[in-house]
Amino acid sequence: MNFQAVRSIYSFEMARFFRTLSQSLISPVLSTSLYFIVFGAAIGSRIEEIDGVSYGAFIVPGLIMLSVLTQSISNASFGIYFPKFLGSIYELHTAPVSFVEIVLGYVGAAATKSALIGLVILATAEFFVDFEILHWGAMLAFLALTCISFSLFGFIIGIWSKNFEQLQMVPLLVITPLVFLGGSFYSISMLPPFWQTVTLFNPVVYLISGFRWAFYGAADINIGVSLMMIAVFMFICLGIIAWTFKTGYKIKT
Amino acid sequence: MAAIVSVKNLSKHYDGGFQALKDVNLDIEQGEILALLGPNGAGKTTLISIICGLVKASSGSATVGGFDVVGDFRQARSLIGLVPQEIALEPFQTVIDALRFTRGLFGKRNDPALLKDILEKLSLWDKKDAKTMELSGGMKRRVLIAKALCHEPRVLFLDEPTAGVDVELRKEMWDVVRQLKADGVTIILTTHYIEEAEAIADRVGVISKGELLLVEKKETLMQRMGMRQMRVELMQPLEVMPEILKPYELDYSADERTLIYSYEANGERTGIASLFADLSKAGIILRDVETRQSSLEDIFVGLVEGK
Repeated sequence: MNFQAVRSIYSFEMARFFRTLSQSLISPVLSTSLYFIVFGAAIGSRIEEIDGVSYGAFIVPGLIMLSVLTQSISNASFGIYFPKFLGSIYELHTAPVSFVEIVLGYVGAAATKSALIGLVILATAEFFVDFEILHWGAMLAFLALTCISFSLFGFIIGIWSKNFEQLQMVPLLVITPLVFLGGSFYSISMLPPFWQTVTLFNPVVYLISGFRWAFYGAADINIGVSLMMIAVFMFICLGIIAWTFKTGYKIKT
Repeated sequence: MAAIVSVKNLSKHYDGGFQALKDVNLDIEQGEILALLGPNGAGKTTLISIICGLVKASSGSATVGGFDVVGDFRQARSLIGLVPQEIALEPFQTVIDALRFTRGLFGKRNDPALLKDILEKLSLWDKKDAKTMELSGGMKRRVLIAKALCHEPRVLFLDEPTAGVDVELRKEMWDVVRQLKADGVTIILTTHYIEEAEAIADRVGVISKGELLLVEKKETLMQRMGMRQMRVELMQPLEVMPEILKPYELDYSADERTLIYSYEANGERTGIASLFADLSKAGIILRDVETRQSSLEDIFVGLVEGK
């Protein structure tokens, strides 16, 4: 195990984040603030409480997840795609590193960035709505698990993408709908029974539900099931990455 | 001396059926400069890409310092530095950060004194804090070399180091390569410029269509394959070729009043003495005589066409 290499990749990726700090932070914070103003303050004041929580507070976990998911995917996919695009990825292939070090470095950095963004949004939310967090430990654990598993997913997209369009396509066409239909802004129980069943195939539902449980102690789905689903998703991503590197698919000729 | 890089029965064919390498065998000795010479698409880059870990071989094996490049990739790659053909640098990274990053990838701690030494040798020290995108093309290439050297490799692969580079910069690169050899680094470079192989290589391997046609000491290659030409300038133009001179198969250029005689430089009998005797018998008066060694280019063209 080449820890020095992991550290090298990690700090290089984090340097990119801090170099573009304003872009990295301002855009997610600004867009989430707008959500809080529109949904939390303007519309939210006319919506009843859900599960005993005011609507403004109810959407906080979902909005954090929305940013964290998209940020994890875009950070991780860009992180590995950019060297591929530049050609500087040759260094990773010719260095004494295996996929384990590469994944730890890139995914670790992407997950760290999105977790930081998640926490900044959480702090921003404090300015707009009153809420309390019941299970701090569970909240942080869910945040970390989500950041890691979706950074892994983003890493796969980055490796498989042939161009910038493909890089944008999955987040735009898959993740955004999944997050919006994943109960960020409503409780699953508000949907008609048929759509409730359909929703159970949406992995994001489990993330948001579990994350919201950590905040308010109430959830659409049992917390154990949520945890298990994230773990399954994470292992699928790890499996795909291991297979990709082992076979050299999309990496080596 | 034991080979530091050893390639055995290496083949590579792509899914489309294209065979990039055919059963290549090659031993590279420690401390030498080996030039892999061949036209574009001959398989030079594929060969070094397999040794460096960028491409998977279809069959055969390669070792560096005795370590298999696939099975013991960590040990093998620690010994290798690669300078790629295309300039591929993170544009916003500074030169010194780029070096630190690479050194880290190879599992080594930062060593400011060593990095300073490398950058100074490559005349990049004053640019250490410049972003790589601010550098000229020649400097970027030197940064790639510095990156390849910063983990102290024993073998350096240079893939077309002077492709698309102006004459001045090419000379500069050659000086760098010679300096590295003096420092004890084994160097393998690919090139399609014959003059490059001729200028800096100790041995030359000729590749064409995926086959390694031969590997020889540069001088041996030129001696073995080399033809010499003797150009004989005449006082008077020649109206007809005298019978006595026909066996020499001379080329006659009427414009320049010159007879050209080709002979093998290391043949047992060059035939020069008898040619002069016969020229004199035929009553031809000479004005000047000049001989020249055929270049690596002539040899190379002969080899590739003869195949």
